[in-house]
Amino acid sequence: MQWEIVIGLEVHVQLQTKSKIFSGASTSYGASPNTQACDVSIALPGVLPVMNREAAFLAVKFGLGIDAEINQRSIFARKNYFYPDLPKGYQISQFELPVVGKGKLEIKTSKGCKTIGITRAHLEEDAGKSLHEDFHGMTGIDLNRAGTPLLEIVSEPDMRSAEEAVAYLKQLHMLVRYLGISDGNMQEGSFRCDANVSVRPAGQKELGTRAELKNINSFRFVERAIGIEVERQIEVIEDGGDVVQETRLYDSDLDETRSMRSKEEAHDYRYFPDPDLPTMVLDDSFIESVRASLPELPHLRQTRFVSEFSLNDSDAEKLVHDRDAADYFEAVCNSSAADTKIVANWMNGELNSALNTAGLSIKDSPVNSDRFAELLDRITDNTISGKIAKEVFSLLWDSNKSVDEIIEEKGLKQITDSSAIESIVDQVLAENYDQVAQYKDGNQKVFGFFVGQVMKLSQGKANPKQVNELLRNKLD
Amino acid sequence: MHKKTLREHHQSLKAKDYSSVELTTYFLDRIKNSEDLNAFITVTEDRALMQADQADRTIGSGKMDLLTGIPLAHKDLFCTKDVLTTCGSRILDNFISPYDATAVNKLDAKGMVTLGKTNMDEFAMGSSNETSHFGIVRNPWDKGRVPGGSSGGSAAAVAARLAPVASATDTGGSIRQPAAFCGLTGIKPSYGRVSRYGMIAFASSLDQGGVLGTTAEDCALVLEAMTGFDENDSTSLNLEVPDYGASLRKPLTGRKIGLPKEFFGEGIDGDISASIEEAIRVYERLGATTVEVDLPNSEVGIPCYYVLAPAEASSNLSRFDGVRYGHRAALYEDLNDMYETSRAEGFGAEVKRRIMIGAYVLSSGYYDAYYIKAQKLRRMISNDFSAAFEKCDFILGPTTPATAFGIGEKDDDPVSMYLNDIFTNSANLAGLPAMSLPSGFDSNGLPVGLHLIGKYLDESTILNAAHLYQQQTDWHQRIPGGYE
Repeated sequence: MQWEIVIGLEVHVQLQTKSKIFSGASTSYGASPNTQACDVSIALPGVLPVMNREAAFLAVKFGLGIDAEINQRSIFARKNYFYPDLPKGYQISQFELPVVGKGKLEIKTSKGCKTIGITRAHLEEDAGKSLHEDFHGMTGIDLNRAGTPLLEIVSEPDMRSAEEAVAYLKQLHMLVRYLGISDGNMQEGSFRCDANVSVRPAGQKELGTRAELKNINSFRFVERAIGIEVERQIEVIEDGGDVVQETRLYDSDLDETRSMRSKEEAHDYRYFPDPDLPTMVLDDSFIESVRASLPELPHLRQTRFVSEFSLNDSDAEKLVHDRDAADYFEAVCNSSAADTKIVANWMNGELNSALNTAGLSIKDSPVNSDRFAELLDRITDNTISGKIAKEVFSLLWDSNKSVDEIIEEKGLKQITDSSAIESIVDQVLAENYDQVAQYKDGNQKVFGFFVGQVMKLSQGKANPKQVNELLRNKLD
Repeated sequence: MHKKTLREHHQSLKAKDYSSVELTTYFLDRIKNSEDLNAFITVTEDRALMQADQADRTIGSGKMDLLTGIPLAHKDLFCTKDVLTTCGSRILDNFISPYDATAVNKLDAKGMVTLGKTNMDEFAMGSSNETSHFGIVRNPWDKGRVPGGSSGGSAAAVAARLAPVASATDTGGSIRQPAAFCGLTGIKPSYGRVSRYGMIAFASSLDQGGVLGTTAEDCALVLEAMTGFDENDSTSLNLEVPDYGASLRKPLTGRKIGLPKEFFGEGIDGDISASIEEAIRVYERLGATTVEVDLPNSEVGIPCYYVLAPAEASSNLSRFDGVRYGHRAALYEDLNDMYETSRAEGFGAEVKRRIMIGAYVLSSGYYDAYYIKAQKLRRMISNDFSAAFEKCDFILGPTTPATAFGIGEKDDDPVSMYLNDIFTNSANLAGLPAMSLPSGFDSNGLPVGLHLIGKYLDESTILNAAHLYQQQTDWHQRIPGGYE
């Protein structure tokens, strides 16, 4: 039988605010345990939440970024359950009226483009962390993270393969970083994903029973976990069984999913509107101020790069993917006379491989966009050849000197003075009488030998174009 | 000294007839001599004397405020820095608050002196102060009877003149019912007037801080000092603080008093009815007129309240889990057992009952039938008041259907206990200001409370009406035998 896979994703994105969603405590990552746990984070008796305006701003920014309805009145609700790292015994979240309503996201896979529906995105607070090591069999609680603002982004069950799910996640990841609403750091838990997966016979309208997969916090694990879960469900059904609605945990070490809790064991969260927080009202001017802060979105930027910088689609897409890289590219193009194609090639080539080797992001590149532009300018104005430029680039990487200082210091400047080149050419021809004779007899291949000799004698600095012209003049 | 009003204390402190330290010591001595009332959970003698000393220096420097140097007691539901704050519960019997409630801060800033923390029903859940982990409180008018609740300790303390005035809170009548039972004046302002930050939550949408005192003027002065916008409380109203003291003496000529027929029906003690009728005649002599009004949904106030308040409480009390502070069971098997045992040991029966009711009405499948329906009724009750206030300036009735009952009398009957709030809790549901003031005594010599409900944000009118009534009567000056 042919099976169709149906996937919906829930992504928790940590919003990049300075302070927590309902208190003034800092949100920075990596502080020693409980040093960022204020009275509200600890949920002392009598403390109350106050909504962080910046978190609302970032949530709306996301909504505008996916062309969604923004709910100008949204409601915070309490999700009640007990857990040691949930200090109030409830999580403040949004249930019936989320801040962001229906929107959409365009993805691209090997099968082409597709639009994935986004059902909603709502604000909520993160829990703390339970630490199970180093406490002699007891559990430690770190409430630094408790109250960090999250945006939970819920997709429609629109994806039909693990590939589409990964493409959606990558697109979403790029978008939140582009919008500057999250650092998207998956290791630190700033971008976390749960997947709802089900299968149904191809052509059937009703959805199959779904399992919710937890703990899939890398793009690779998402693909693996979905693949394995789909196989499991198909096997269950083909063996005459029924898939049960449950939450399953993906174990990357064993590469399997296993049941965490069934539908019967599911919590009754007893949601109700939080009486401590009035309806969140966002007026038109607030939403307009968010709109004014929106950066150019990736797909629009890609189109502009193609028309403004004459790039082909694939180069433009590669560049746009990372907002910092795209910014770098634009900065270089705007301050350099170099051909944009050369800028793209150099970024994808030398710069990229140097960054990869050093394990650095483009933001932290030792060669900033100004110095990079200067280097490419020296190629364009024939001060140095492309080959020499590679040498200059590696010197730039390790020093604070300017491009011109390095060229000057190392004497790398290209020789463009015709008489100087001519005297080298004459010397080469005089010292290689046999080869000259061969060339005159019609052996064209020897021409490359002369070029090589001239470049060697000039230590690579002679302008290759002029060398070629002079040799032709003398020999032909 | 214990018969003086706050203004009289102010005059005496200013004239240096006595110092704040002397005044404070005087009340601390009265507290010590009245331990049998069990009005206090904690007496903060050292802190009080330190604050009094500070106040004396302020007075000496000539910068005193009207309330500087005057002692008061705080209900043990207000967090007080470095002082035990129990909320009447075993689950917080070791909780030393690291911070002050906003209301406490504001009164401290005026130079008031904290004598101690008063007893209360556990988590403010009760109408008799019998649910406190720290023992029952006795009514100074008759020690075999309850002082009312939940602010029973504050009420007993002020009635016995162990403190000139006390802070209190009111979720369904917890200021007004004890005021009625103890012959005091007490006000619950409009919801949002007094910051709830640092007030341990019972039912967040109903809880409101206020004052218990002997006169309307005393209540007005302290309420004014407690009131005001607090950026730490999102439900706090960002409005200018009214000058309650200034409007106390406005004549009542032409004012219309609404008399809801639902408040004068069956089930009200005859002595109480007579006392309220007499109060109406006093108001007529003061130039006011009466008009009958309708509050047709009054009868659903109690069921509505006993869905919403437990619902919010069940969630508010989840933080008391033994993990970070408060009582934790000594022995437990695993995490769930730690929660269960700590909470089973830490909470009393009434609190557990309300947590269970609350969890039930919020649970999936019952939410619409209970919680949502109660919210609709709440809106209807609120609309009833709006319609009634088209016809009158304030509403008058009895605070309670009966006077103080005997200790243990309603132990086995929670519903009859809940009916104590029948006239009071609709003001909480509608967020309206309301007060109780003494209007006489029943045949057993127990105080009767007169209930005034004002328009939203209009505390001034009811304080004004209460003050003028107290210029015509002396019920508020009566002191229980043994405490004169």
